[in-house]
Amino acid sequence: MSPTPASPYGPKAEAGPPGLAAKLLGFCEELRGEGVAVGTSEILDAFAALEQVPWTSRDDFREALAATIAKSQEDRRLFELLFERWFFRAAEAEAVGRGIEETERRHEGGERLDIDELREQVRQAILDGNDAELRDLARLAIAAFGRQGEGSGVVGVDVQRIRRTLGLSAGTQAPAADGAAELPPIDREQLNAFERHLRRELERDLIERTSTLPPSRPLAELDRALPTNPTQDLAAVHRAVSQMKRRLATLGHEQRGRRKGRTIDVRRTMRASLETGGVPMHLRYKPKRPRRPEIYVLCDVSTSVTSASVFFLSVLHALHDSFRKLRSFVFIERISEVTEVFEHERDFRVIAQRISSEGGVADVSGYTDYGRVWLEFLAEISDELDPRSTVIVLGDARTNGREPHAKVFAQVSERAGRLFWLNPEPRLYWNYGDSVMAAYERYCDGAFECWTTRHLENFVNVVAGGVPSSD
Amino acid sequence: MAAGSVTEVKDALAKVGYLADEPAALVSFLAQRLGKPVLVEGPAGVGKTELAKALSRSTGRELVRLQCYEGLDEAKALYEWNYRKQLLRIQAGGEDGWEDVHGDIFDKEFLLERPLMQAIASPEPVVLLIDEIDKTDQEFEAMLLELLSDFQITIPELGQVSATTMPIVVLTSNNSRELTEALKRRCLYLWLDYPDLERELEIVRLHAPELPEALARQMVEVVRMIRALDLKKPPSIAESIDWARTLLLMGAEDIDRETFEQSMSIIVKHRTDIELVAERVGVKLAGPPAPTAG
Repeated sequence: MSPTPASPYGPKAEAGPPGLAAKLLGFCEELRGEGVAVGTSEILDAFAALEQVPWTSRDDFREALAATIAKSQEDRRLFELLFERWFFRAAEAEAVGRGIEETERRHEGGERLDIDELREQVRQAILDGNDAELRDLARLAIAAFGRQGEGSGVVGVDVQRIRRTLGLSAGTQAPAADGAAELPPIDREQLNAFERHLRRELERDLIERTSTLPPSRPLAELDRALPTNPTQDLAAVHRAVSQMKRRLATLGHEQRGRRKGRTIDVRRTMRASLETGGVPMHLRYKPKRPRRPEIYVLCDVSTSVTSASVFFLSVLHALHDSFRKLRSFVFIERISEVTEVFEHERDFRVIAQRISSEGGVADVSGYTDYGRVWLEFLAEISDELDPRSTVIVLGDARTNGREPHAKVFAQVSERAGRLFWLNPEPRLYWNYGDSVMAAYERYCDGAFECWTTRHLENFVNVVAGGVPSSD
Repeated sequence: MAAGSVTEVKDALAKVGYLADEPAALVSFLAQRLGKPVLVEGPAGVGKTELAKALSRSTGRELVRLQCYEGLDEAKALYEWNYRKQLLRIQAGGEDGWEDVHGDIFDKEFLLERPLMQAIASPEPVVLLIDEIDKTDQEFEAMLLELLSDFQITIPELGQVSATTMPIVVLTSNNSRELTEALKRRCLYLWLDYPDLERELEIVRLHAPELPEALARQMVEVVRMIRALDLKKPPSIAESIDWARTLLLMGAEDIDRETFEQSMSIIVKHRTDIELVAERVGVKLAGPPAPTAG
């Protein structure tokens, strides 16, 4: 190659230890594979940043990389997962490639160690949060009883077996048998760290024994997906909903009542008048501030949507946090307003419980009756609907063969400014069986499949784009 | 540039009363060395804005702050022509020809500098804080791109104004919406979270040194307990400092139920939150000396 021309990105980075650049690129490639958007500019930044920190300090190295590559919390999480794995594998691959082995007997003295003593040491290290110590102890523990019968060969099983043998579990400790002083509780995080070390060392052993690396798998969906526990999922739902708040607040209002009641923006009018020598020939108006949206949410809580109703309720819960002018209703056969419940209760579980006990929405059969719900909604609420209001329906449109009253629904849609329908079933199932989605869909400003936060975000995005996907 | 190493930056920040953790110190260091903007995200009240202020104090640079809000536009963020003055100029020079006036009224003299322009045009290096960028719309973000990558602003009538000195740019976001990829690509990323117990204790002790160690520790533990609840607004670091000072003023020696209930409103600010906290945390504290049991 010709001598390096002056690069637009400044002087070339020091090469660093041999092979580091290639390793880093490989790492970025791996991140891309997991869906982190790592652009060329990010990689260049990463190299620039690594020039500034000593690459021998593991923490600085990792933080510098993370600051330039992982640009959101989610990315950061993936980054952590992959960083550990990639550089561990890279080091091991190198070792296997060069035939390096730890020559002296590993875990020296492990066999002679007393289990009780080891247990106490691990306990102490966990309490102190001493990472290096934990790692050494993990190796000792493996030596002490990881090898009896050469282990099960499955790393995860061995980890748990060793942990149990040591009698370690998180949380408050059972008082020691001999009536000794009460043992301090073990922090779950720290115990996890110990297990990670065990796992790491066992893997290293395995790699050394077999001289091959196990194939690299993409992170399991399980690792990546948001936790499905409804109370934990709440955070994600809340985030999507607060995005939705901004979008709804600024959407579609500029078109309404254009010519009426506009006020002149003196500052901008004068500014514009400069073009005409100070004579204000063109009037400039103040932009209309979007008014607060009023939102009506109707949520189906019947058995046919059981699997989705926890999700729907958490959406409702989040909506209540974001919007002041929000009224929420739940329905099965009849409709019932639950705004109060959400306003006075913070705990999600209590809300879910109160709604099921006090909702009073099931009449006789417990089957959804959409037609009747529209009639009731129209009768009770419709006077308050105006072009500013947004109605969001969460339901599967399964009427159990009853009259859908699509005309009534059309009236609701006409009175409200916008009407969106979120359906917890895949689009494929719409209009099969007793689903009458088609009858309602034509009156909606948009109908979406929605049973995960990702769908919810999609809904928000489409709404934000201002282009309803169907009309 | 001033910053020599990560530890130096950390010490400098500590000297002006900001205890940065490792990532924060490292990113501040990188920002100064690489001249890249920093995007700081995290829950409300973990010291995102304070980081920028501390950077300005520790480097001795002036802080230029742009508070973002919905509907913020160029005229308020970048620059604006001073039309009154321009009008005066037009009327004062009644006899001048069009060419003269035209060249004249679009001059630096008639330019009103708003924060972003100020930061760019300042002869001294500054720290530019763009606060709560997530409150603006995406169009505004797009407008920032030129500034963030090249530190320059293009004014149609004047041409480009480039920074003579490299400002340290800090953007903060409460993560209320996803920022655009383009913006993120130009920034270093820092996620600030609530500090761990020891660090928060240090922070509280730094700002309320008279508070006895044991009481401070107990206080921080209670604050952490409160944060673990699902609240509308968890207490921020600033609020724990406020609470520490309140406890000092009250002359409290121990956080018992009574003290807690009296001073709780300092850290919990929603009615529903107050109820929840009183119910979950209040009962765990030792009861007042001798109330009627119950």
